[in-house]
Formats: sequence, structure tokens, C-alpha cells
Amino acid sequence: MAHVWRMIAQRLALGLLTLFVVSIIIFGATELLPGDFAQAVLGQAATPEAVANIRRELGLDQPVYMRYFDWLFGVLQGDFGTSLAQRGRPVTDMILSRLGNTFFLAIYAAAMAVPLALTLGVLVALWRNSLFDRIANSTALSAISFPEFFVAYILIFVLAQSGYFPSMARMPAGADLGEKLYRAFLPALTLTLVVTAHMMRMTRAAIINLLASPYIEMARLKGMRQSRVIVHHALPNAIAPIANVVAINLAYLITGVVVVEVVFVYPGLGQLMVDSVSRRDIPVVQAIALIFAAAYVLLNLTADVISTLSNPRLLYRK
Amino acid sequence: MADREVLLNIRGLKIEGKSGDDWLPIVNGVNLTLRKGEVLGLIGESGAGKSTIGLAAMGFARDGCRISDGVIDFDGIDLRAASQEQLRRLRGKRIAYVAQSAAASFNPAHKLMDQYCEAPVRHGVMSRSQAEKDAVELYRKMQLPDPEGIGFRFPHQVSGGQLQRAMTAMAMSCRPDLIIFDEPTTALDVTTQIEVLAAIRDIVEQFGTAAIYITHDLAVVAQMADRIKILLRGDEVEEADTETMLAAPKHDYTKSLWAVRSFQRAEQGAATDKPVVSLRNISAAYGPVKVLDNISFDIHARRTVAVVGESGSGKSTAARVLTGLLPPSRGEVLFDGEALPPDYRSRTREQLRHAQMIYQMADTALNPKLTLRKIIGRPAAMYLGLRGRALTERVRELLRLIELEPDEYIDRLPSELSGGQKQRIGIARALAAEPRFIICDEVTSALDQIVAEGILRLLDKLQSEFSLAYMFITHDLATVRAIADDVVVMQKGKVVEQGPKPEMFNPPHEPYTELLLSSVPEMDPDWLTRLLEERTRKGLPQSADQ
Repeated sequence: MAHVWRMIAQRLALGLLTLFVVSIIIFGATELLPGDFAQAVLGQAATPEAVANIRRELGLDQPVYMRYFDWLFGVLQGDFGTSLAQRGRPVTDMILSRLGNTFFLAIYAAAMAVPLALTLGVLVALWRNSLFDRIANSTALSAISFPEFFVAYILIFVLAQSGYFPSMARMPAGADLGEKLYRAFLPALTLTLVVTAHMMRMTRAAIINLLASPYIEMARLKGMRQSRVIVHHALPNAIAPIANVVAINLAYLITGVVVVEVVFVYPGLGQLMVDSVSRRDIPVVQAIALIFAAAYVLLNLTADVISTLSNPRLLYRK
Repeated sequence: MADREVLLNIRGLKIEGKSGDDWLPIVNGVNLTLRKGEVLGLIGESGAGKSTIGLAAMGFARDGCRISDGVIDFDGIDLRAASQEQLRRLRGKRIAYVAQSAAASFNPAHKLMDQYCEAPVRHGVMSRSQAEKDAVELYRKMQLPDPEGIGFRFPHQVSGGQLQRAMTAMAMSCRPDLIIFDEPTTALDVTTQIEVLAAIRDIVEQFGTAAIYITHDLAVVAQMADRIKILLRGDEVEEADTETMLAAPKHDYTKSLWAVRSFQRAEQGAATDKPVVSLRNISAAYGPVKVLDNISFDIHARRTVAVVGESGSGKSTAARVLTGLLPPSRGEVLFDGEALPPDYRSRTREQLRHAQMIYQMADTALNPKLTLRKIIGRPAAMYLGLRGRALTERVRELLRLIELEPDEYIDRLPSELSGGQKQRIGIARALAAEPRFIICDEVTSALDQIVAEGILRLLDKLQSEFSLAYMFITHDLATVRAIADDVVVMQKGKVVEQGPKPEMFNPPHEPYTELLLSSVPEMDPDWLTRLLEERTRKGLPQSADQ
């Protein structure tokens, strides 16, 4: 087990390095955007003096590297700075509530999608080339092929127009969990439909890939049932690829759901990021980009750890 | 034996395999009778259909195969008419299977004990705790080290020979009436093979289990079987009890199998010229693991050095050092008396050209997407700068050298060749660079005896024609006897003994060489019994790892 801990520590250190590089890239990229915050706020008619004043006030007249290091030292102390657009409001404040919403929706969708995808994946592998296999595959493929907003509007048309579920997912203050689950059901369902196909097909492929192995033939020749052959003999050896595809999809649920947030007016991080980019609110963009990068790093690390734990050859040395 | 009850009766068995849209025959009407407690040896080259028949005795056909005709009667049950559920209840419980590669046939995700207990518990033969006790008992009978603990290891933590015994124990778990042994020792070293053979034989005798023992090695089957049946391309050639079959084979094909180890290269005498390639005090390691310890030997033009040893002895690593794939930690490689750069990336194209390799698995060593014209032409173009018509002419010439008709073969893909032909292409590709030195890494190990013999003859002919120096890596002492001029015996990264072949095969030997030589099965049904008795009497180890 010791080497697993060492691997986790190494990967975390590498993850921090990745985040550092990401922060430089984001900072550099926002520098390349035409126009700046002062110009954007004051409009075309602003006098050069007024623009210069605001720039000085916010420290925008400092050289890039100064601003970057100022920001970086802040972050290292847990301070993401203050928003430019909403003067003086700490970025942490603005992000925290949104972050909670995003995680809530991501976990909600994952809790539906992952078990569904894995179960379906095992079943279609078990009954491969059957009618069930073909129907499940074509349905999943259709769901993934439509644009998300289209799936969302179809669901609104079918499930919201008829009054079963609300089409607006904005939460009233102090809603309890049941209320939250009810209100966020449609966006969560949309995301489930979007990510299930990928995970299901990967599970199917990973299992079928193993069915030609000698140890699978051995299990059959020991008189094991087909279901046991798949679940007990093939699945444990297919965990690594499945964990990886699940991690990628979970990361997508956290970082890639802007469109769905917009359609359902759901106050998540994605929307805040898009808004902040258009307002040139660089500190907010930076913070969110870092969170997204951290989500990818952590989820990939988790997938690697699960792959290692699932493989006795890596876990127990000779 | 003839008075015992018939357990398995196969009549007119036909099996077909799918090739594109057609079903081609694999087995054409084989009959087979097995009585209780009897061991039948099934012998044949690869493609003879012996594994397919073995599986059919369990009512099983691999994907892409079907049992198309005949009767398979197991103890009064018609296996062809039985439902999948009935077959499932028989498999593992009354008929068990031992596969060729235990390393691949144990599930890497589960411990040996879990895999042992699966059949008895799932078939309702005994409870888990009973099965575990029983497993320890069988592991002890199979002479596995640490019988109490070995079941709680994963397959990768156990050596190949031990896994093969654990698999035999697993097959015994429900005390079946019949076990199919499908080449259970083919993947093992000779010294390991002996202990597995002995363990299998003891346990089969002890429980009176009937067995079908499938192999291509006559000497092995002679130790194991009461009767032998010979197969050739899905047809039965002949069948007789073991003694008769060995003493008086009737059919020409059988006689040719017996005679196959006849190829013997002419004696060369001692080397007089300077060596082409020399290893000088080479030590090498993979990371912290030391694999070569101060080895030295020479290879001369027109001579073959056979490097012999078990898996893990470092013989392939020596080849990797020679080719520069693994720079040694100490020592140097000399070519024509001059030191070669340790890393192949620092060697000149000319230096690279003169050392070529032929690999064990021709299947994976040839690019499946390229035609033979490309495969053989590439080294000729790269090293010798041949283009256009000159290149084509050279490829055709090389094909003629390896005895394949150029017009017929030049535009084929590797998948359109037999195993032996693929290995010939490997040889042509090595020759295309016009090298002076060729490393042959177990080039005949994956081939049937008759095909292997053809390859050895070809290599011998090419050697005298082009004054080649060969380094021949093998674990098969019969091959060494056939082709070597000099022999280097390796064990655990060290050279145990080296010298000209006649010296090596005549006593006195180093103890390890003695162990290797005496472990080669002989065509005598009592060989194994005698050998084990002799080793016990002399107090010698039964195998290398004890």
C-alpha cells in the first residue's frame, strides 16, 4: 500500500504544478483579450483621463507580471482578490454559492447517470447483439448526438409544459433538499442523458474486450453462469478504463454545463464564468478556471487511484 | 483396462470453423473411446484439431467453431443434445479443463483460493470452508510450496510452474470423472516441466480420474498416457497403447514424427579465425534488478553459438545488450575487435546493418498491414539504398533464398502465410540487410517439430552460403543438439558453463547443466519414473527452484 500513497502524493504535487501552469495560461489569455475593464465599464465616450483613473485605482496600470504575482500570493493565502465588476466584493463570496449549486447539480446528475450507465453497460455486454443491446445503444447514441439545449427543450416541452416539473431551476432561499431535487430535476435529467451514452458504451466495450481472454474461457469451462462470468470475472478487470471514462464525464458535469445552466436559468459556475469573461472581470475568471482545472486534476487522480486499487498486479508486488 | 466401463464415447465427430462466410472442416469424423480411469494422449501438430476435440469432449466449441456432426456421449449423457444449462452443470463438476497457459487462464483479479473454491461452491459440491481445507490438501499433494498460504496469493505472485500445478488442483476440486489437459507443460521450462508432469501423473492415478492429455510432444505423452491417438489435419492417423505406438508405429506420418529430431549439423571443429562478435565482461541491469553478471563469449563467422537457459536466465537480455537496446552497466561489445557504442542510437548505420535479429513470434514481429514486398524491401532500401527494379529483384531473390516462389508470394500479407512461412519471412528480412551476424531468439519455439526442422535446415544452408555468425537463443536442448557449434549455458544471469558442443553433451557436467540435460523428456514410457527415482536416490533436487 505504501507505494499507492507515494503515487497519490506525487500526483498531487504534479497537480499543483499543473494548476500553476494553468493559472499562467489563463492570465496570459485574458491579457490578450481586446479592450480592458476600464474601457468596458466607461464605454466608448470615456475620456482618457477617466480611463486612466480607474486603471490606477484598480492597479491595472501595473506591469502584467506584477499583477500576476500579486494575485498568486493572494491565492496562496486563500484570497482570490476582489471583483472588478462588483466593486470591492470578494471573489470568494461570489463563487461560493455558485460552487455549491454546481456541485449539487453535478452530484445529482452523476448519482443518476453513473449507476444507470454501468448497469446498462453490463447488461448490454451480457446480452450483446440482442434487441435490448441495439435499442439501448441507439437510444444512448441519439441522446449524445443531439445538442444539449435541444435535449433540454424537448424535456421542457414534454415534462414542463405538462406541469410535472418546473422549467426554471432558480432556487428559492431556504429550500429543503426535496424541493431542491424537484426543482433541479430537469437540468439533472438533461445532463444524465448527455453523459450516460459515453460511459455505457465504454463499459460495454471494456467488458467485451475481455471476453476472448483465456481466463474467461476458463470460467465458462468451470461451468459458471454467463452473468457470473461477466460480473465476477470480466468486470473487475475492466474497472480501470471504466473509472477513467467516468472521471472524464464527472469533470464535464462540473465544468461543461454552461448551456444547460442557461436554458434552465440555473445559477451555476459556468454562467458566472461566461458573464465574467464578457465583463472582463479577470479575478473571477481566474478563480473559476482554477477550480475547473482542480476538478480535472482531482478526478483524474481519483480514476488513477481506483485503477491501481482494482489491479492486484499493481497493488501487491511479487 | 479394456474391461472398465466406458466414460466417454465420441463417434464420427465433425467440427467446422468459420472462415469469412464459409464453414471449413477442422475435424472430420474422429472416433474416441475413453474408459474410467484411463489416460488418452492426443498428439498432433498445431492445426490438427486436438484442442478442438478436447473442448468438444466438454460439449464446448469456441466462438467461430461449431460441432456439426457426430455423437458425444459422456457417461450416458448425449452432450450434443444437452441444454446449455445441463452442460454448465457438468463443466467444472464432472469434466474439468486444464489450460495451456495457467498464467493467462487464472483471472488476474482474484486470489487462487477464490478461483479454486468457485466450482465446488457454485456447483453445490461442498461449502466454502470445506473447499478451502480441501484446496490446502490438494496443494500439498501437488507439492506446492507453502500449501496453507499459496491460495491467498494472486496469480501474478506465483511462478508459472506453480500456477500450472495450482490449476491442476483447481480442476480436481470437484473430483471430476474426466480432465482435459490441453498442453499443460508446453509453456514451461524443461526443469519445471518435470515437476508438473510428476504432480499431474500422481494425482490422476490417486483419484482414478480419466484424462485426455493433449500435446505435440511425444516424449511427454509417453510418460503420461495409457494409449496414444495421433491426429493429422482433423483426421485420425492411428491409435495404439503407448508401448506399441512407441515401439512399432504403423503409419508413415507417425514414423516421420518419431524421426523428426534427426537433423544434425555437420561438425565444425574448433574455431580458428577471429570472432565476429565478442561480449567482454558484460553486466547489465533493469533498474535495480541485476540480470547479467560478468558474462563473456565469442561468436565466429560460419559458427552458431547456442545460448541455453531457462526463462529468467538472462539469455534474451544478452541479445538486447548486443543489439544496443540495453546499454550494459559494465563491459563492452566488440565487433571485428572494435568496441561498439553501448547504445544503438550512437551506432553507425553500417554497424547496425551487420547485426540483425529474428524473433520468436513471427506473428507479432511482422507488420500485418504490409505486403512481403514492403517488409523485405525496407531493410534493403534503407541499408543498401536499393530502389525501383533493383529493389524488386532483390526481394524476389530473397524470397527464392527462403524457398518461397516470388511470383506467388511477393504481394501477400503476413496473414496469408502459415506459421513456418512467416518465420521464413523473418529470416528474409534479416538477410535483406546483408548482415554478418544474426541473433535468432527462440525462432523455432512457436513452431511444430516438422516445420521447425525445415527452418533449422534453412538457417544452416544460409549460414554456409553467406558465412553468417549466429547467436541462437533457445531453451530447447534438442535444437541445441541439432544446430550448435558452441554452447553457452546460462543460469540466473551468469554463464555456468561454455564450450564446443561435443564437450557440453558429454560428461562430466556442471550440476546445473546436468539438471538441464537430464530434464529433457525421452521417448521411453518409464523415463520420468526412473529419473525421479534416481534424483531421490542421489538426493538431488527435483527441480531448479527447490
